Amino acid sequence: MPDIERVVHAAAARYEHDATQLLQILIAVQDELGYLSPPALTAIATTLNIPRSRVQGVAGFYSFLYTEPVGRYRILFADNITDRMLGAPLLLDELCRKLWLERGKLSEDGLVSIDTTSCTGLCDQGPALLVNGRVVTRVDHRRINRIAELVRRQVPVEDWPAEFFHIDDNICRRDALLGTPFKPGSALIAAMRLGRNDWLQEMHKSKLRGRGGAGFTTAVKWTGCRDAPGQQKVIVCNAYEGEPGTFKDRVLLNSFADHVFEGMTLASWATGAQLGLVYLRGEYRYLWPALHEVLERRRAAGLLGKAILGTPGFDFDIQFHLGAGSYVCGEETALLESLEGKRGTPRIRPPFPVVRGYLGRPTVVNNVETLAKTCLIALQGGSAFAATGTRQSTGTKLLSVSGDCAAPGIYEYPFGVSIAKVLDDCGASDTQAVQVGGASGMMMATYEFHRSIACEDVPSAGAFMVFDSSRDPFEIAHNFVDFFVHESCGFCTPCRLGTTLLKGYMDKIARGYGAKVDLADIDWVNRLLKNASHCGLGTTAPNPVVDTLVKFRPAYERRMQSLDFEPAFDLDAELETARRLTGRADPAAYLNGNNEARP
Amino acid sequence: MNREFMLDGLPVAFTEGQTILQAARAAGRYIPSLCWHPDFPPHGSCKLCIVKANGRHVSACALPAREGMEVESDTPEINGERRALLQMLFVEGNHFCPSCEKSGNCQLQAQAYELEMTSARFDYLFPVRPVDASHPDILLDFNRCIFCELCVRASRDVDGKHIFALTERGIHKHLVVNAESGRLSDTDFAADDLAAHICPVGVILHKRVGFQRPIGQRDYDHEPISQVAMEESS
Ligand SMILES: Cc1cc2nc3c(=O)[nH]c(=O)nc-3n(C[C@H](O)[C@H](O)[C@H](O)COP(=O)(O)O)c2cc1C
Ligand code: SF4
Ligand code: SF4
Ligand code: FES
Repeated sequence: MPDIERVVHAAAARYEHDATQLLQILIAVQDELGYLSPPALTAIATTLNIPRSRVQGVAGFYSFLYTEPVGRYRILFADNITDRMLGAPLLLDELCRKLWLERGKLSEDGLVSIDTTSCTGLCDQGPALLVNGRVVTRVDHRRINRIAELVRRQVPVEDWPAEFFHIDDNICRRDALLGTPFKPGSALIAAMRLGRNDWLQEMHKSKLRGRGGAGFTTAVKWTGCRDAPGQQKVIVCNAYEGEPGTFKDRVLLNSFADHVFEGMTLASWATGAQLGLVYLRGEYRYLWPALHEVLERRRAAGLLGKAILGTPGFDFDIQFHLGAGSYVCGEETALLESLEGKRGTPRIRPPFPVVRGYLGRPTVVNNVETLAKTCLIALQGGSAFAATGTRQSTGTKLLSVSGDCAAPGIYEYPFGVSIAKVLDDCGASDTQAVQVGGASGMMMATYEFHRSIACEDVPSAGAFMVFDSSRDPFEIAHNFVDFFVHESCGFCTPCRLGTTLLKGYMDKIARGYGAKVDLADIDWVNRLLKNASHCGLGTTAPNPVVDTLVKFRPAYERRMQSLDFEPAFDLDAELETARRLTGRADPAAYLNGNNEARP
Repeated sequence: MNREFMLDGLPVAFTEGQTILQAARAAGRYIPSLCWHPDFPPHGSCKLCIVKANGRHVSACALPAREGMEVESDTPEINGERRALLQMLFVEGNHFCPSCEKSGNCQLQAQAYELEMTSARFDYLFPVRPVDASHPDILLDFNRCIFCELCVRASRDVDGKHIFALTERGIHKHLVVNAESGRLSDTDFAADDLAAHICPVGVILHKRVGFQRPIGQRDYDHEPISQVAMEESS
């Protein structure tokens, strides 16, 4: 039994007893102790000299931090719709049966627990699962059998077969970014030759817009940060990539990390920032060692650190922060809170991060892909960059294609590509719908496939999930609603309650007890989510339901028992406890004499 | 220099940095709120103060007023949305007003009257939230918490004690106290802390003084909250 005090002191010392590193310290302590017990939380609070209530508040916020005992093997099946389509729910049940346990409960011997987690960013090689935080891809019946065996024999995860953890890039179409050879440092040299101001001018000319979802003009952000009062400016790379169906940042970090770090350094050159922070989602933790090596190599080459490339006064270095399972932490102000070691609650804006960001300092938050693209601008010039793509959306976009298609993976296209073209290239047929931009994006029906991916038409952070005619749009929307309930931070009333109520209606409809009045209530809840929510999570949470109700309404109506009226009270469901206590499952124990189709 | 914006068609003067809600209150115009408190920076969680500014929904308690802004607040559309937010708060907790010590002094209840909420509309969630009666002077009945975090902020920023914090997230979010045991009696909370007097609903209650002022003679029994609030701020 490791000694709590010793572990806590070691973790706190590693982070110099800095309370803004609370999240990193909690992760480090949990790595050693398995879970964060009440005495462990007290010890952390005492050691860092901060209130215990704050430590408990933060520990409870993140999905991958555990304040209750967990198994020595913690298995989490990715629960994105694409994983479900590949059979994840059946595989989960199978593993539970093999290991004799109930989903979500710790096995009696304390050995293993099995549950689900949000999209892990491996939709092109799913179904995926996490075992003690490590990603296993391409789970099938064989792998389930072998995993059950490894757990039973208590083989440490480090000794599991390496092929379980193998992850492919699956790059299927290359364009300007993925298809051009790149020499680390070359973009930086080009930008430094221009000088700080002219480099920012090139950025303006490029009209580059953020690739993280909001499509904000990057040069405007950089200028705002440069001009904001305050000395210690910060560049943050948003490597959260929590949007279901998105995995292009994973590929960039895996194989194009030099582009990303060089982009951060280019941002530092433009703004004068000296500190760079990368916020990496916990699911991508396996990338950390390789990324660390890239950083070391860049430091050795004089591309990071003091007096970069021998230029006095150009100092910039990069640190890593790990997330711990919370989609909302991809939202830039929640991300900043999380970086400061707090609960990931979005801030009030204004002030915007460029004015008051990380620890109150002027801060640029950019997506991984946005930063990588700035290397192209430094090398080709802003005008050449602006000549590709569309007028309002310049350059190329990486799409993460998954779902019903022959070749899922990464596709790089100039902005303006039509949905039909992408479908054609990835070998999709009999397509019924495409979810563009992830759960918070838009569901496109066949009559919209001529539309193009661009900020001015169908914007996208990169997800492109394909659904053929065998899929049920209601189930897709239901899956996304479950996602939003799980990920709502709970700060504001409309989202905390709106997502919960919405799930209630969707569950009810799924059980076959929906009625027309429910559809009216759904419209009303959706309206509040959209109008009154505090951040983009809440305002976009109703999208999948709104879209499917408009475009695929029969998928809902088919499930309605009566289109006019059905009471919310379900007498038969209320008898469930009595059935369980008496151990009865025979048809006569159900009011309608039929126990099929019961969840 | 005084500048102006329009609130429901009438001008409101404001000074630089004032939020829409602050300027409105100062001008004697009421915008409903729950998590906002004049002595604290805006929090922005309850969203009862939503208004439309130049056609866009914003939180009046958090958004600085700007010259020439057109703000809609007391309209059927916005009040309808506010009512739905209240209904959400009512189904989230366990609010049995007739037996609650705070009845008549409770801002949630008062807002429900103000905004003419006649039913809860949504299905009740009936959460299980045990009370904490461990402290000699204070009772915590979490069933009524609306997560305005005023107790959190008051204890942290004024009392300097960090007695309260929120943990977990989403619909599972809940209040905890600053003790490993989880009991208020194991903290240094005191009945004269600001945090003991700031809860807008009936969570933080003082023992031995219950119902001293009979129901029927309390703040919002006589006057709607929109008037009480304006008298307090003038
Ligand atoms: C709920 C939510 C989740 C988000 N997740 C991410 C994310 O995972 N990665 C990302 O780059 N941006 C994400 N964003 C957008 C960020 O807030 C921000 O706009 C972006 O990081 C800015 O970078 P860009 O200008 O380079 O796109 C998210 C926004 C919201 C509202
Ligand atoms: S909209 Fe949802 S995620 Fe965003 S602040 Fe509100 S509760 Fe949190
Ligand atoms: S206990 Fe009262 S003051 Fe504290 S968060 Fe809950 S409702 Fe607000
Ligand atoms: S009063 Fe503005 S959000 Fe609560």
